[in-house]
Amino acid sequence: MGKVHIEIDGQKLEAEVGSMIIEVADKADIYIPRFCYHKKLSVAANCRMCMVDVANLPKAVPACATPVAEGMVIDTRSQKAINAQKAVMEFLLINHPLDCPVCDQGGECELQDLSVGYGDDVSRFTEGKRVVKDKDIGPLIATDMTRCIHCTRCVRFGQEIVGIREFGATGRGEHMEIGTYIEETVESEVSANIIDLCPVGALTAKPSQFKARAWELRQAPSIAAHDCLGSNIFVHHRRGEIIRVVPRENESINEVWLSDRDRFSYQGLTEGARLLNPRIKRNGEWEDCDWQTALNLVASEMKRIIGASNGNDFGILMGNNATTEESYLAQRMLRKAGSNNIDFRTRRRDYTGDGRGSVRSGMNFPMENLDTMDATLLIGADLRHEQPLTALRVRKSTGYGKAMAINPFDGEYNFRLSNELQPKSNMLAQEFACVLAAADALRPESLNAEAKEWLDGIEFNDEHKEIAQNLIDGEASCILMGVYVQEHPQAETINWLAETLASVTDSDWGYMTQGCNAAGNKIAGAVPCQSAAGGKSEQGKTAKEMLTEGLKGYMLVNCEPDVESIWAEQALQNLKDAEFVVALTSFADGRVPDYANVMLPIAGCYETSGTYINVEGKWQSFAAAVKAPGEARPGWKVLRVLANLLDLSGFEYESSLQVINELREKFDAVGDVRVARKVPPPMMVVNEQETNRECLGLYMVDPLVRRAGALQKTPKASTHPISISRVKTR
Amino acid sequence: MANEVCFRTLHLDTPWSIDAYESVGGYSSLKKIAAGELCYDTIIDELKLSALRGRGGAGFPTGLKWSFMPRNMPGQKYVVCNSDEGEPGTFKDRDILRYNPHQLIEGMIIAGYVMNATVGYNYMRGEFYEPFARMEAAIAEAKERNYLGDNILGMDFNFELHNHLGAGAYICGEETALIESIEGKKGQPRFKPPFPANYGVFGRPTNVNNTESYASVPAILQHGGQWFLKLGKPNNGGTKIFSVSGHVNNPGNFEINMGTPFKDLLELAGGVLGGKQLKAVIPGGSSSPVLPADIMMDLTMDYDSIGKAGSMLGSGAVMVLDENTCMVEVAAITAHFYYEESCGQCSPCREGTGWMSRVIHRILKGDGRAEDLDNLDRVAGNIMGRTICALGDAAAMPVQGFLKHFRHEFEYMIEHKRSMVKG
Repeated sequence: MGKVHIEIDGQKLEAEVGSMIIEVADKADIYIPRFCYHKKLSVAANCRMCMVDVANLPKAVPACATPVAEGMVIDTRSQKAINAQKAVMEFLLINHPLDCPVCDQGGECELQDLSVGYGDDVSRFTEGKRVVKDKDIGPLIATDMTRCIHCTRCVRFGQEIVGIREFGATGRGEHMEIGTYIEETVESEVSANIIDLCPVGALTAKPSQFKARAWELRQAPSIAAHDCLGSNIFVHHRRGEIIRVVPRENESINEVWLSDRDRFSYQGLTEGARLLNPRIKRNGEWEDCDWQTALNLVASEMKRIIGASNGNDFGILMGNNATTEESYLAQRMLRKAGSNNIDFRTRRRDYTGDGRGSVRSGMNFPMENLDTMDATLLIGADLRHEQPLTALRVRKSTGYGKAMAINPFDGEYNFRLSNELQPKSNMLAQEFACVLAAADALRPESLNAEAKEWLDGIEFNDEHKEIAQNLIDGEASCILMGVYVQEHPQAETINWLAETLASVTDSDWGYMTQGCNAAGNKIAGAVPCQSAAGGKSEQGKTAKEMLTEGLKGYMLVNCEPDVESIWAEQALQNLKDAEFVVALTSFADGRVPDYANVMLPIAGCYETSGTYINVEGKWQSFAAAVKAPGEARPGWKVLRVLANLLDLSGFEYESSLQVINELREKFDAVGDVRVARKVPPPMMVVNEQETNRECLGLYMVDPLVRRAGALQKTPKASTHPISISRVKTR
Repeated sequence: MANEVCFRTLHLDTPWSIDAYESVGGYSSLKKIAAGELCYDTIIDELKLSALRGRGGAGFPTGLKWSFMPRNMPGQKYVVCNSDEGEPGTFKDRDILRYNPHQLIEGMIIAGYVMNATVGYNYMRGEFYEPFARMEAAIAEAKERNYLGDNILGMDFNFELHNHLGAGAYICGEETALIESIEGKKGQPRFKPPFPANYGVFGRPTNVNNTESYASVPAILQHGGQWFLKLGKPNNGGTKIFSVSGHVNNPGNFEINMGTPFKDLLELAGGVLGGKQLKAVIPGGSSSPVLPADIMMDLTMDYDSIGKAGSMLGSGAVMVLDENTCMVEVAAITAHFYYEESCGQCSPCREGTGWMSRVIHRILKGDGRAEDLDNLDRVAGNIMGRTICALGDAAAMPVQGFLKHFRHEFEYMIEHKRSMVKG
């Protein structure tokens, strides 16, 4: 692209050909007032607030829709520009209720802010104001459409970013209303972004409605904890209470968006029944006690069980929200105490890949690249429900690229698929292998003899060939495996197929992991096969073995296997049958009290400092935004003290930073080493019963989300998981 | 001489039939093209020479507009005829569609040929059922004689023409809203640039002209640009159909030469109803500012003359108002119309049209206040030039026009709470 030279308010600037005046001004920190313009949305040019004065043009022009031209001289503050801006402001205000004192947006409202600069003191409008009947669009978004200024940002967000047109403008002229056309709930998994987009108080967050004023809030940067992206957020709190969570811009991860799950999960902290004191079950009755008593009991029971069984009969299960520090300390403590039974993968069936692959699990390319893929192949990936913001990126790429899917379920997509295969769930690997066979036929020189032998006899059809061809043709292409693959009995085979197909077709590949910290947990060593940073370890018991075969003692760290695990029923029975279960948890409800013997209150999300490592391998540390209630303490502190009580050395950490730095050093020393697979994994015939199952629902993924009231009231909470009935048979 | 261009079949029986049209030289221009006597450059040159200006209201030179179309660009291009005719007071296109549909068809085919477009849409307002039926029949006739369809008159040129009925929105007469409507979307104007010549129907280059503009083309090519120019006056070529309505004895469409004195047009329309005094004229559809009788009687009917007097020739809808007309009432009706027809997309028009309408209606009710008039003028001025399309201007201009020439009537009503003329 060429450059042009322009002048805005006397500042000489260089600008890309084709960029709009407002973009250039924004980059140069020259503020032009606007309502409908948003850098992520198409130009609507309908609010007319951004009118500026361009030399030699008779009329003021909208800065958002006027492309720059060589030698353009722009004045944003001339009388002509200001007259236009003031005129528009007056029009926007005449039908606006001006009910700022009772409006939730008050204090952070774009209309309010700009009216200070461009509005008049007294209205010259003396006619009756327009009133619009309110709509109920669900439990997440509160509406007051009388305040709407018709900027259509919310409409464009649905049309362009999400690809689901939930909002539209009906009626014309002054009768135009923004709404869902026929009374409907807004259902998309990223719907609440329209709250941020709305420049006025027409769309506000229902869960935090009337809870606090914007100026009373303090904001703490943090990391969202419900999918593997690690979306950047701000936690807004007042006097120790979290009021709401909003996105923090990070172009390489969440851009400016946030999924509803990440936004409203905080409610679980206040709506769930919090565990405020350490508790011990005596004669079937729960009694509050002090930390000392509880920890001493845990230490002695751990020593007893580990000692009696040579480490075999005690195990630790880490939950989905566990921080890297917690995982690191837990595994270090356990291994030092003499056991290797630690795992976080309570939804994995196939552990044959343990000890191979990379230290970290996830993607081997930056998430941003998804935007510009020419071809994206999804394997067992239900992006919209697993990592909602990833689906937005893939959608972006389908503007010019292709998206393809091999999903054993009737997935919901917000982008067009060029190819879709829907094998039976137990035939996923077999179907995928056909694509590799097709790729091999197209590029016969790529594979080694062993792989070719493996592929021998696998037949493919035109569709498989087309998929392989698309991956080969794409200058940038990728293969993404979803959470479903990691729960599949042939996960390792599919993994090998993806890696091999990627090398044959020159594609990137990766898998979207479960939970928010799979990469961190693995690097921390919370797996039975390796210790921290890929260090050697004797093979301990896997989560499957621990939950299905039963142990004498369990430690659960923010984990509810009776809900989260694939073997929920067996897990519940085994936990009930165990001699001793200690749960480090934030909540006193659920079924944990039924089977635990000791409950230790730990800080929940946003109440502890820690680090999450996202699917691309970004280490993102955060501080606690608020203090945990009652006697609850951050998990890392509890584990550290427990290690001291177990008489283990080297647990003298003063801060979580020390913990993560220690791990970071170890990790940096080895790097993300990969242990290549020498032999292709076997292709097994698996029973359909073993694969057909319900995915973990969108709002079921971890203890916090399960307790978030508003999310649980949404239609998505009840229509998701994808159940067996929705899995098509071919 | 009247009825020389678009209405040239009007004196015949069944003037809408293809035989009637051919008998006055219809389709001869197309035949000339097929015979190789008229090429792209000549057609554009003749059009430019003729000084044919857009008959829909804006008066943009048609030859120039056609030359903007990227005729050599590969891919689909479209020719669109704007027969939405929503401007209050205008009913000329309806009669072209009813009485001389073939001339429009030939004009669009020629446009298609010039622009290398193979598909045309004729967008008519939803109420035009009779014209729709006539057009459908005419298209069938033209197809039968190979004027439409594949390999027209043996040329390597195909052209399909589709009729499209609107659903009742004034805004769909705005060319980009019309394009949105053809695409099946809500009729809302697009921001320009890009102009339809680059990004029109379905994102492809598109030429949009008024019915009368297209229908003038075959006659121009048949008789030459010079002939057409001489019918009118320099820069205002040809004839123009004026739809005369209001307080006249003989309302209707009159195709007369550009530059004809208004006096003569009024005479053609039978003079003011009941022999009353002429008070004012809205010379170019409801969006053009009103002109008082004394100014109007000295004007000739062409773009430049009326423009100089502070109004517009517009679509040629001449609304005649006699001495008993209350101008506040006319202003209220006009303002209400734009209030109802604003698409609601941009703030100044959406909010401003309602504001103006409410204030004028309040004055009409007898609740006016002294400051209302300055406020009205200011609001209208604030809308002007600040909207995506011209509807904002169309709503503001008449209000300012009424205030400019008849402010005393408004002031009288505010003070006395009754009309100055009606008592």
